[in-house]
Amino acid sequence: MSDDKFDVIVVGAGLAGCTAAFLMAQAGMETLVIERGNFAGAKNMTGGRLYAHSLEAIFPGFADDAPVERCIVHEKISFMDETSSVTLDYASTASGSPAERSYSVLRSRLDPWLAEKAESAGAVFVTGVRVDDLLVRYGKVCGVIAGGEEMEADMVILADGVNSLLGEKLGMVHTVTPHHCAVGVKEVIELGRQKVNDRFGCCDKDGAAWLFAGMPSAGYMGGGFIYTNEDSISLGVVFGLHNTGRSAKSVPQMLEDFKNHPTVRPLVEGGKLVEYSAHVVPEGGMEMAPKLVGEGVLIVGDAAGFCLNAGYTVRGMDLAVASGKAAAVAAINAWQRADFGASSLSVYERELDGSFIMKDLRLYRKLPSFLDNRRMYNDYPAMATGMMKDLFTVNGPSRPLRKKMIPHLKKAGFMNLIKDGWKGVRSI
Amino acid sequence: MNTRVNVDVKLGVNKFFVDEGNPHIEIAENPSLQEYAKLEAACPAGLYRRDEKGAVRFDYAGCLECGTCRILCGKTIVKRWEYPNGTFGVEFRYG
Ligand SMILES: Cc1cc2nc3c(=O)[nH]c(=O)nc-3n(C[C@H](O)[C@H](O)[C@H](O)COP(=O)(O)OP(=O)(O)OC[C@H]3O[C@@H](n4cnc5c(N)ncnc54)[C@H](O)[C@@H]3O)c2cc1C
Ligand code: SF4
Repeated sequence: MSDDKFDVIVVGAGLAGCTAAFLMAQAGMETLVIERGNFAGAKNMTGGRLYAHSLEAIFPGFADDAPVERCIVHEKISFMDETSSVTLDYASTASGSPAERSYSVLRSRLDPWLAEKAESAGAVFVTGVRVDDLLVRYGKVCGVIAGGEEMEADMVILADGVNSLLGEKLGMVHTVTPHHCAVGVKEVIELGRQKVNDRFGCCDKDGAAWLFAGMPSAGYMGGGFIYTNEDSISLGVVFGLHNTGRSAKSVPQMLEDFKNHPTVRPLVEGGKLVEYSAHVVPEGGMEMAPKLVGEGVLIVGDAAGFCLNAGYTVRGMDLAVASGKAAAVAAINAWQRADFGASSLSVYERELDGSFIMKDLRLYRKLPSFLDNRRMYNDYPAMATGMMKDLFTVNGPSRPLRKKMIPHLKKAGFMNLIKDGWKGVRSI
Repeated sequence: MNTRVNVDVKLGVNKFFVDEGNPHIEIAENPSLQEYAKLEAACPAGLYRRDEKGAVRFDYAGCLECGTCRILCGKTIVKRWEYPNGTFGVEFRYG
């Protein structure tokens, strides 16, 4: 290290930043991570399901050591209207292959673990410091400015999350538009391990993921979720921001009404709210992709829009980890060649292209627009619950089943069902 | 459905280090009320409010730093949106 200059500065100690830092430090690069929160993860929240494959590739068997909450073995999806719901339920055992598993996680516990790994590998962490700007000379990023002080480096990795103010300042990231994102609100509700087990039909260490469509997001794009943690649950609502102003309900109200729904209420009863959090979710996928590589700079994780709305789940954490890894490969390569220019760093784009990130982003390219269809959140949940109601209601002489069901299909519209079914299949 | 949700009670369980007298979000003087209504509906912390007389009242303490207001009405209402200074703002213990 020449004077105070680092080989690389990483802005943001989320999963993307910490992963990159770990790998670069391990390879021998002088690595500095700057995080505005008081510790890695202090500012971060997520819905709660980490698909293990990305971390597993870097730390085989990580879940034995990392503070994950429960291994997800129980999946539920509910379609709900204001007062009722229909649920699909799938139960299994944990996959024999660790890379196929997924875990519920809490970021203020997981991120510090990853940061510690990076620290043990030699990365230097400075927490409680906000980076205000980037140091740019002759069109090349060569450090950061924080608290009026300059800190130099050969290159910078922006891992500063979905509101990447720094990426915008550089002109690499487009300002996120309401069309390309949703807001997620979440409560962590303490129940105790036994109640979690009993209410979600799980044993210790095993957990459930439960998604809800329809009523939670007031009939607009979005949905509700519950993930079981060790002795609490993470419960939340995601709402596509471009529909703001159309719904009569406020976002906090959606969460409250969701919690009071007859399907959800018994699950949370007697629980104690221990945290209320919110975060924007990038959902534009390829459509909001920024310029990923610049002179002396790379953009990773949510800051790069690497997040997938796959309909039944939001996926960003495994992409954050994998993009951090791809950036580290490029950075190490650049460092070995002592060339931190954009063309040298473009190895990053090649790494991404070869990884599941770009494949999945391409695969799901059309999904957000397909999902932005009010029938999904109104007509179809109403159709499902209506059918069930008629099926289970006895109030006199019975009518043939077919006669009970057809009106519900008619109400949703045969043509719509066919059209949406067709488009749905084609969008993935 | 039931009574209006009281977000303040929820914020009360969070850990905040408020940077007194140093707001990280500033809003325009006379915002369009139509735009403002979007923020009243969307801000998860319920910080965009109106008093009895209908005058806008925004308080940055309690901000969850989600970025929603910046994205929704950035140019029209939110004059300045930054993250709080290092060490300040919300601190998640679970996340
Ligand atoms: C409600 C919700 C549910 C979700 N559910 C899931 C899910 O179930 N599964 C899944 O895989 N993904 C989910 N996601 C997405 C996932 O949470 C994100 O994709 C992931 O957190 C991105 O990680 P990151 O490291 O890129 O960014 P972040 O975790 O946002 O980290 C960015 C870091 O940068 C720091 N920072 C920012 N600016 C500065 C600055 N100027 N100076 C210093 N530090 C700075 C921040 O403090 C933060 O620590 C969900 C998201 C939300 C909001
Ligand atoms: S950043 Fe989020 S919580 Fe903070 S004021 Fe804006 S909308 Fe509300």
